[in-house]
Amino acid sequence: MHLALFLIFAAVCVGGAINLLAQKHPINSALSLIVVMGSLAMIYLLLGAEFVAAVQVIVYAGAVMVLFVFVIMLLNAGVEERTPHASRVATLLGVPGLIIGLGISAWVVSRITGLDKIAIGGPSVMNGSDVFGNPQAVGQLLFRDYLLPFEVTSILILIAIMGAVVLARREE
Amino acid sequence: MGIGTYIIVSLIKIVIAVFILLTGVAYTTLAERKVVAHMQNRWGPSRVGPFGIWQPLADGLKFIFKEDLTPPYANRPLYILAPMISLVTALTSIAVIPVGPWITVAGVHTQLQITDVNIGLLVILGVTSIGVYGVALAGWSSNSKYSMLASLRASAQMMSYELALGLSLIGVLIYAGSFSLRDIVDSQAGTWLGFIPKWNFFKGQFVAFFIYIMAAYAETNRIPFDLAEAESELVAGYHTEYSSMKFAMFFMAEYANMFTVACLATVLFLGGWSGPVFGPPIMQALMPVGWFVIKVIAFIFIYIWVRGTLPRFRYDQLMAFGWKFLLPLAIANIVITSLVVALK
Repeated sequence: MHLALFLIFAAVCVGGAINLLAQKHPINSALSLIVVMGSLAMIYLLLGAEFVAAVQVIVYAGAVMVLFVFVIMLLNAGVEERTPHASRVATLLGVPGLIIGLGISAWVVSRITGLDKIAIGGPSVMNGSDVFGNPQAVGQLLFRDYLLPFEVTSILILIAIMGAVVLARREE
Repeated sequence: MGIGTYIIVSLIKIVIAVFILLTGVAYTTLAERKVVAHMQNRWGPSRVGPFGIWQPLADGLKFIFKEDLTPPYANRPLYILAPMISLVTALTSIAVIPVGPWITVAGVHTQLQITDVNIGLLVILGVTSIGVYGVALAGWSSNSKYSMLASLRASAQMMSYELALGLSLIGVLIYAGSFSLRDIVDSQAGTWLGFIPKWNFFKGQFVAFFIYIMAAYAETNRIPFDLAEAESELVAGYHTEYSSMKFAMFFMAEYANMFTVACLATVLFLGGWSGPVFGPPIMQALMPVGWFVIKVIAFIFIYIWVRGTLPRFRYDQLMAFGWKFLLPLAIANIVITSLVVALK
């Protein structure tokens, strides 16, 4: 059951990502990105991280992507223009090369980090799901164990916000 | 409970919940027309059946038989998708709302709620945040300037008020210590001195309650925050180009969202189904649901009352109100609630 759901949502996720690149109109690309975010949330849910899944939907699929769509609508962005003279070598070698490259890097990363020992829906994930993905566990990790990195990140975001405000108001 | 029983019980609960919700939506439109009419010294619908009680049915039939127009320069897939997103997200939220305690029917012990998840409140917030796309895409795909302006207004408004809405709920979460709506209701059980209920509203969350109401009115695009439809400026706002059942879907979504807001207010601030329970066993089983329904109906009535009373905001007033008044107030409420809980 878990494996079937994982395969479905992984396929939707990859399909959405490919569609994002293939679509010519920015609003269709943005909507594909929402599909990718949504299926990522489902994969988090399958891993037992329900809080992260909910936040993924609220923050990324909800707030961030609404901003994207809002900006596209506001600027009334038209159909994207593409250069007609694509490199023939890139067209022929691009997709197979990408697949091989991603496959090798996935294999290396899973060997180094030990991720290949974890199976979707397997014992290690399901046993841990009670403690590691629920809101209490995430809250304790964020506000007790990793309090300093959390606060530093929030200061970083504050600086980014102030930078955006300064850049936007420079003309006055 | 076996998996087969579980699926059957869940299906029955879903059918009942959706039926009650849609009937409620239909009769809220009638109630709104009647109540507003009486506030304005008119009669309202009175021709179809006694007191006009078959008016929603007649309206539904009328919508089905109207011609379904698509503007020639509309983006057709998104134009069709937009009302679906609105309605589906509006109906989905009901899945996690608890309307009563556990009951036993025909040997099956089940809770009066389609499903109890430990992130119930976040599910509702997430589903609502996806609902914004219905309005945004409706306006954009119609390819009409009125719809476009309305959906820009709606997206900006919903993003701004979502913050105040989310922050106003944190005080309640601090008291309950859980995102599960059932746990939140359980944390409000009991009374002080035998008659003051221990609802979050009386526990000091009344500021949060009013922030929640105001932000929720903005989220559901209701007067005084209905700038996305503003008929005097934008014809009918984001659904200007929609007709027939597609228009009806937006309409149903708006009223279903009102129900979600009312149910959530009841669960979070007014103690859910808690209230005095007495009498024979059958009454004891049904009274909690009765209290829940009474609180929800009272909340819906306030919605209509506000519509009959207040004029519409100007757009800059709306934004200033959300960002400069509601948001700081919500943050102050969190700080004060945390201090009270920490010092106890």
